[in-house]
Amino acid sequence: MAFESLSDRFASIFKKIKGESRLTEKNMTEMLREIRIALLEADVNFKVVKSFVKEVEEKALGQDVYASVNPSQMIVKICHDEIKNLLGEENEELKENRNGLTKVMLVGLQGTGKTTTAGKLALYLKDKKKKKVLLCSLDVYRPAAREQLQEIANSLGVAFYTLEGNSNPLDIARRALIKGQTEGFDYVIYDTAGRLQIDQELMKELRDLSAAIHPEETLLLVDAAAGQDAVNVAMTFHNDLKLTGAIMSKLDGDAKGGSALSLKYMTGIPIKFQGVGEKLTDLEPFYPDRMADRILGMGDVVSLVEKAKEAIDEKQAAKEAGRLFEGNFDLEDMLRQMKMVQKIGSIGAIAKLIPGMPKLTDDQKEKAEKEMKSFEAIINSMTPYERKHPEVLKYSQKTRIAKGSGKTNADVNRVLKRFETSKQMMKQMKGMRNGGMSPFGGPFPKF
Amino acid sequence: MGLFKFLKQKFTKKDEKTEKYREGLSKSRAAFANRLEELGKRYKSVNAEYFEELEEILIGADVGVETTLNLIDNLLSKSKDEGISDPKQINDLLVDEMFVGYVEAGKGIKNDIRFAETGPTVLLMVGANGVGKTTSIAKLAYRYQKQGKKVMLVAGDTFRAGAREQLQIWAERLKTPILVGKQDADPASVAYDGVKKAKEEGIDLCIVDTAGRLQTKSALMAELSKIKRVIGKEVEGAPQETFLVIDATTGQNGISQARAFAEATPLTGIVITKMDGTSKGGIILSIREQIGVPVRFIGLGEKMDDLEEFDLERYLNGLLVGENKDGD
Repeated sequence: MAFESLSDRFASIFKKIKGESRLTEKNMTEMLREIRIALLEADVNFKVVKSFVKEVEEKALGQDVYASVNPSQMIVKICHDEIKNLLGEENEELKENRNGLTKVMLVGLQGTGKTTTAGKLALYLKDKKKKKVLLCSLDVYRPAAREQLQEIANSLGVAFYTLEGNSNPLDIARRALIKGQTEGFDYVIYDTAGRLQIDQELMKELRDLSAAIHPEETLLLVDAAAGQDAVNVAMTFHNDLKLTGAIMSKLDGDAKGGSALSLKYMTGIPIKFQGVGEKLTDLEPFYPDRMADRILGMGDVVSLVEKAKEAIDEKQAAKEAGRLFEGNFDLEDMLRQMKMVQKIGSIGAIAKLIPGMPKLTDDQKEKAEKEMKSFEAIINSMTPYERKHPEVLKYSQKTRIAKGSGKTNADVNRVLKRFETSKQMMKQMKGMRNGGMSPFGGPFPKF
Repeated sequence: MGLFKFLKQKFTKKDEKTEKYREGLSKSRAAFANRLEELGKRYKSVNAEYFEELEEILIGADVGVETTLNLIDNLLSKSKDEGISDPKQINDLLVDEMFVGYVEAGKGIKNDIRFAETGPTVLLMVGANGVGKTTSIAKLAYRYQKQGKKVMLVAGDTFRAGAREQLQIWAERLKTPILVGKQDADPASVAYDGVKKAKEEGIDLCIVDTAGRLQTKSALMAELSKIKRVIGKEVEGAPQETFLVIDATTGQNGISQARAFAEATPLTGIVITKMDGTSKGGIILSIREQIGVPVRFIGLGEKMDDLEEFDLERYLNGLLVGENKDGD
């Protein structure tokens, strides 16, 4: 079976279900399936995906669909917002012990980036928070792990502490604690050895360390490329150590980082920072919004729905829809519809936002926008009565309108012809419940 | 004959290697074969829920969404067409479909490093950050030293703090010669010096370490082709082997890694590390299927001799069968 690209698949779904104003089990099914696949492909744990998608479905059921978007697009937006909400508040700061030394312990599997992140955190605290930081290596296992952190500390001009040889990490940690307390440090960052969550001995070592130094922060490093098992890893570390937060590393790659969602969903711990490069300055606060985009993809659909929501007063749209279907469609309605479309953005920009939308050439786009402006000028030159009853327009009135709008009689006739076409279309659409679909044919995009 | 039966008959006796695979894959087996078996017992005949649970098992094993959906689709139509409703039969079909092709394709392939007739054999190790390149190098050096080969290491990761020291410590422990470049030196020139030295000193196997790099960094990926080119200038046909190291805990991004590295520099094999820590083995299948580069070595534990030459049948036995109840 050949798999189409994601946006192609969306486009075909979007085409199928449109013009429905409320989310139902039926019109959500196909899109929810795509969302499920997208989340799985982003490495969100399958159990998390299952219950998350179910929650989204329950939440979305019966919700109104914004005018100018279709149910599939609406559900994507709801899903995006749920992920964002789940991922938590922006900029969850590092804790600080106001009465003295704050202890931060970094833990995680091998190769997740603990030592580099220890350096990055030290630099962040030193430069951004003006804190006095002590870096301490407890990794007595990996060859040259201590040298690595020392080199980093030297390059940052940050204090460093460890013991050489076959020292006991517990011993090193206690001594660093005393050094930190007596020498007026604000933070001590402990870099621990990488370990498998199934390694009983090394997990006990971490528990002992935690009991001895009482860290204010115990942060789990999670590799953005981590797979399905990441959630089990996080749960084990959390059960053993009571994690206070997590840091996502290697987000400068192209991994989606779906484990961020699994982690938050299963443990509830906040993600505090993200590593976005190899340089020691490449540490950022965690942004749930961007992460939601990254995990779900479909950012284009989400911004389309957002724009639609901003632009449209839903009540007005509802009222209008009601009127239109009663058959009272007049030139004023047409103008209001046009303005609404204009508010969402230029036609070109909107066409880009909708996957699968037939590609308009730049010429076509320009022409459509020009035509819309011209229509507006002409309709504005009519009297309110003429707008409601365009059928009364005679040659002399048309000439007056053409003059007033700086157009020709032919232009005025074009508007009237388009109006007739639109009116016909409105009649055809009657019976179909419609939130605010643009009734224009011709170069106007149909949503 | 189904694959299950074949494996059970083949591995009736315990040997050290088979046991190591069983041990290292115990987590993966629990997440895959044991769940499959449990599922087969829970249902009398297959239905929609059965296939849904099957799908979850496969995705949970990081087999990959696309591969999984394909497998399930095929099983569904087979079960319909041939009227198969017995869960055990469906499971056997699944296993056959997943692995038999690999067994066939992998027949007679030797994963051991292929040594050049003359001159040093150069092995270039590449991979993303933190996948375990340096540790794997030490383990490979240990392996070939034990086989009586003269091994030399080249510390070509001049970027990460402590990387050169890390390899140096391994060289001391293993008592192998090592060439260390200066911090921030051009890795290609370090590789060149290393290979040159290996040639002069009659080294059999020269293993070149490189800095970890994410596959999205195009400048760093281009650097790899340069390193390879420079090595080839000093020793014709070298590097004879280029191994991509992949962390077994990696999810769907493993494919993207393999594809990007394969594009930057021709790969002769893949080394899967940290297999013992993870509960899935699906990534191996996906990589083989989509990139066509064979897995050559697999890390089944943290001890020096836990990096094993990849043996597909033992791997499958470890993943699917585990303790051979019939044979005991």
